[in-house]
Amino acid sequence: MLVTFPHMGNAYIAMKSVLEDLGVEVLVPPPCTKRTLELGTKYSPELACLPLKLNIGNYIEAIERGAEVIVMAGGCGPCRFGYYAEVQREILQDLGYSFKMVVLERPQGNVRDFVKKIAIITGGKTVFRVLASIKRATRVAVLMDELERLCWQIRPREKSGGTVSRLMREFHSQALNTRGSVGLAALIGEYKDRISRVETKGNKEVLGIGIVGEIYTVIEPFVNVSIAEKLGDLGAEVDKSITVSYWVINHLIKEALHLHNKNELQEASYPYLRSFVGGHGQESVANTVLYKRRGYDGVIHLLPFTCMPEIVARSVLPEVSHRYGIPVMTLVLDEMTGEAGYMTRLEAFVDLIRRKKEMKGLYGERILSGD
Amino acid sequence: MEKEFYLGIDVGSVSTNLVLLNSQRELVYRDYLRTMGQPIRVVQEGLKALKGRMGEINIAGAGTTGSGRKLAGIMIGADVVKNEITTHAVAALDTNPAVSTILEIGGQDSKIIILRDGIVSDFAMNTVCAAGTGSFLDRQAERLQIPIEEFGDLALKSKNEVRVAGRCAVFAESDMIHKQQLGHRIEDIVYGLCQALVRNYLNNLGKGKAIKPTVLFQGGVAANRGIREAFRRELGMEIEVPPHYDVMGSIGVALIAKETAKRMGRTGFRGLDISKCQFGVRPIECKGCANMCEIIEIVKDGTGIACWGDRCGKWSNRIGK
Repeated sequence: MLVTFPHMGNAYIAMKSVLEDLGVEVLVPPPCTKRTLELGTKYSPELACLPLKLNIGNYIEAIERGAEVIVMAGGCGPCRFGYYAEVQREILQDLGYSFKMVVLERPQGNVRDFVKKIAIITGGKTVFRVLASIKRATRVAVLMDELERLCWQIRPREKSGGTVSRLMREFHSQALNTRGSVGLAALIGEYKDRISRVETKGNKEVLGIGIVGEIYTVIEPFVNVSIAEKLGDLGAEVDKSITVSYWVINHLIKEALHLHNKNELQEASYPYLRSFVGGHGQESVANTVLYKRRGYDGVIHLLPFTCMPEIVARSVLPEVSHRYGIPVMTLVLDEMTGEAGYMTRLEAFVDLIRRKKEMKGLYGERILSGD
Repeated sequence: MEKEFYLGIDVGSVSTNLVLLNSQRELVYRDYLRTMGQPIRVVQEGLKALKGRMGEINIAGAGTTGSGRKLAGIMIGADVVKNEITTHAVAALDTNPAVSTILEIGGQDSKIIILRDGIVSDFAMNTVCAAGTGSFLDRQAERLQIPIEEFGDLALKSKNEVRVAGRCAVFAESDMIHKQQLGHRIEDIVYGLCQALVRNYLNNLGKGKAIKPTVLFQGGVAANRGIREAFRRELGMEIEVPPHYDVMGSIGVALIAKETAKRMGRTGFRGLDISKCQFGVRPIECKGCANMCEIIEIVKDGTGIACWGDRCGKWSNRIGK
């Protein structure tokens, strides 16, 4: 039984880890490409948001390669995403594909149901073993995000441009042939080591840009025009407010155990957005404030076209930007694969904050010299 | 010592502009060419014409901007390749250091740039909708059979306001036809169109932005007095149009090139004679993965000088950056 799942940036690493530790044969869909998008837009409702369409493309490309079971997250909310799996199942069935879809929901009081669903995939493993695999996969997700964060730090400082990106491409092609949590953790460790040894311009001053927004567009490089790479090449160190491990730990595990502490988010987004508006809308506002407090120079806000929660955030952000004095730029992402328009905006945004920082530097010096 | 000049080229989708500044930052040469989808040819022709007019001169720095900036930059060996937002802001600041808002409307896109204390603090660009751009006016002028050059002056003759819907170019057109059929005077309709464009521009781009004086209006559409008047009334403030409003992008990048070349102590400019070189593009369809990237290789006299269009860097990294 060959199991597959949709892509979301590096999430496939954690998925591979948990499933392979449970002895499941995994088929990672080919990375998102123009063909994935074409398949997705062809077979999905036109009004659906972009992630749903790419998921469909992933499934079809995986089924073509022999996948029999699709694992997808679902449940109540937090936005249209909650209903993705059901719609996707119908679409694939109408297309005549034969497959089984397992929709994993956050166990809301009913742990037995969750375990039962896992049993469909794993063919009956003890609860203990399932929990242990999830724990190890969470660790792998954390390590993976640490590796990405390291790339974000090194890329703007590297001596010969493109080295980090080249190493990461190498990493991803090797990860596909590495099995289970132990192997994957070792591979991540190896590349963390190699990337931390990439030659850098030691004292180069870089800009700090925080990326907030809808989770899929923030994490999946195919949709966000590889924004972390592009900004890195433009001399900015990026940070993403949402990562795969953040999502797994806070939204899946802590929320299920009622441990997710939202005080910081509530406090930071107050009074601009006082309540949950679906998806990560409130987080986008809160994280913009938090990035300012942590000394970042600018924030880029990403959303897929028609994303309701982020549209709410978008209308609040100009005021936040103004009050806190941090430049914010919103980019709406859709089916366009032409990158020139995004490049112009990113360049202009980097110019803007660099100039702003330089001016601040001048001003600061003047104060120091008593001029 | 011979005089030094700085070259700025703005390769846009509709037009390509070349300017030459002297070391006092004064404009000594300007040329406007239609791009007509052939950026390589138009740049070469522009340089040939420049040489014809100015003779052998010492170009101490060169830069490119506009949507074709990368290609043009590679061709001429530009010292700086800059996006349109930054170049427009630099040129505006050089004209009037007190500028707080730049309204820029070109043929295919439009932008708003907000500046505070001499630096860009916010900007927005409109590229998906034509209703707030020059091509909207072009199209309606054609429909009314009024030469676009006379459009603005005709609008100023308007005495009665006629509201034309401005949210969408297609709706505006049907609304305008409807108003024509009702018997409204042509100058009133023409001014109504100017107002529609201004409303659309301010709604789309000005959203949530504080537009404060001094306001500079640049881009090709700034020639239109009807639009200037509509902006003045809508914003309730004076609108300043700089003398070289239609080539501000080129001026901006020439100014940046001057700075860059001074800092580097040399220029990478390949010389005016590159108009004699054979430039070409070699399209390559990469079959490495399902992305099927359309790669473009820029070829000068038979050798590849740059490559782009790939997502993975396999091609673009082959030729040194």
